[in-house]
Amino acid sequence: MATTESTDRADLIERLQGIARELRIRDLEMIIEAGSGHPGGTLSAADMIAALFFHTLRLRPEAPHWPDRDRFVLSKGHCIPIVYTAMAKLGYFPEEELKTLRDLGSPLQGHPDRTQLPGIEASTGSLGQGLSIAVGMALAGRLDGAAWRVFCMMGDGEIQAGQIWEAAMWAGRHSLDNLCAILDANQVQQTGKVVERLDIEPVVAKWRAFNWHVREIDGHDVAQILDALEEADLVTGRPSLIVSRTIKGKGVSWMELNPSWHGKAPEGEKAEQALAELRGGHA
Amino acid sequence: MGAATREAFGEAIVRVGEDPRVVVLTGDLRDSTRTEDFAERYPDRFFECGIAESNMLGIASGLALEGKVPWACSFSTFVAGRFETVRMSVAYQEANVRIVGTHSGIGVGEDGYSQMSLEDIAMLRTLPNMAVINPADGIETQGAVEYLVDHQGPVFLRLTRQGVEDVNGNGYRFEFGKAVPLREGTDVAIVATGAPVGEAVKAAELLQGDGVSASVLNVHTLQPLDEEAVLEAATRRRAVITVEDHSARGGLGGAVAEVLASRNGSLAPLRIIGMRTFGESGSPAELYEKYGLTGDGIAGTVRDALKDVS
Repeated sequence: MATTESTDRADLIERLQGIARELRIRDLEMIIEAGSGHPGGTLSAADMIAALFFHTLRLRPEAPHWPDRDRFVLSKGHCIPIVYTAMAKLGYFPEEELKTLRDLGSPLQGHPDRTQLPGIEASTGSLGQGLSIAVGMALAGRLDGAAWRVFCMMGDGEIQAGQIWEAAMWAGRHSLDNLCAILDANQVQQTGKVVERLDIEPVVAKWRAFNWHVREIDGHDVAQILDALEEADLVTGRPSLIVSRTIKGKGVSWMELNPSWHGKAPEGEKAEQALAELRGGHA
Repeated sequence: MGAATREAFGEAIVRVGEDPRVVVLTGDLRDSTRTEDFAERYPDRFFECGIAESNMLGIASGLALEGKVPWACSFSTFVAGRFETVRMSVAYQEANVRIVGTHSGIGVGEDGYSQMSLEDIAMLRTLPNMAVINPADGIETQGAVEYLVDHQGPVFLRLTRQGVEDVNGNGYRFEFGKAVPLREGTDVAIVATGAPVGEAVKAAELLQGDGVSASVLNVHTLQPLDEEAVLEAATRRRAVITVEDHSARGGLGGAVAEVLASRNGSLAPLRIIGMRTFGESGSPAELYEKYGLTGDGIAGTVRDALKDVS
């Protein structure tokens, strides 16, 4: 029995690793096609997004407004392409539409727009605001006695914004245990290292002090991601934060931890090199 | 003097609270926003957010996206003033949030400028889907609150701290987006919104003594604006005077100017009464007198306008 379970777990991890690799490739392809976007923070989030959308979240892509679905809010809205790739693979919209990212009239807006694309729970892109919306959703779920849960992914640069801490204080005070936030701590923001722009550490101690259950993981280790998401599901009386330690630009060697690739699409030879690394590598 | 519009809101929100979708949030201002009765009656649907208005607006948005009808209540400048959050977390989401801002305008009085919202109408009416409602009196406020429970889309409801003149009778029915003609008049039109509407009526009475026939139009809904009523006011009259306890730029006067300037034909010239400086401390009555928002002050501006056009 134990052997079967561990084999199943190993299969799941392998499947999610494969999906994450595929999402990274699609993600970079669409950003290259669009000619603009934010590759760094999409590549850092890919493993977590794969685990969420292909294992943890209860979703019905054919019925995006299914009332009992889990809610996912991408507070770091500029990284939406990696979510689009997951949604396309799940069948929310045809995969060909990925090519229309950032095009005039496309539902795949440069930052997510819930009114344009069913399945997007909240329009985001002005950093620091998504967690409050997720808190409101979790509160509504509690008022209705609903079983669905709310997940919210933030960036590490993003939590420099004061509104994040307003939301953290409120969710902790109100013991919103149907809320799981994820900090994609990829170490780099638009113009440099987070530690150099405005250091956010010690994040674990800070969120614990706000009455959150905090688990710190290697955000590129799918086994650790799954453990943390499962643990968050079991926590009662407190919201959960997963501090997902990641590498901005993960999977493309020269993008990794390089602020230049925060908000720029690779072109020409660089684009080919980046895709080749993702296709050949162990992202 | 009638009651403050925040008082009417406090009564109405308890009544509409029978609807289980209604949720009320405040930022440590349950007393000032008159939401204490709601809190007592419906403690499970009342949420204290502390002095953290951006988060309150975001929570309201999340509640609205899940089918609730949240009313986020604070001083107007602390909620409308969180413009970037209103823009992104409320308006762009098309969330059914009701942003309730009390303490609008210089009518706040002694607390002075920091508590006076003079820019809220101008800011929020730039958001394409934001309904902006600035009731003139208590009965209009109650009607607006009852209407807004089922309105689709984000709303800004602008209320007063101070008592205001009752201008609408007991049979009044609030009609969203429809300006209310309060008085007929053929020489000039006074187009007013919010607290000073009662003063505009007084001005028309004073002008009648001078032989000037002034109509009064109460524009409670600034967005969507009743353009037809505004155009009618500017037709076959010698002047249009707008009156608001708000900046003279971008509010009612600005909205009326946009309508009039976009039409051909011989429309009456426009004078805008509103704030052109920051506010200051003083009693509401003293401030209304100083800044030309009393019946006397409005009548004086009308006389000046008529001199200019004659």
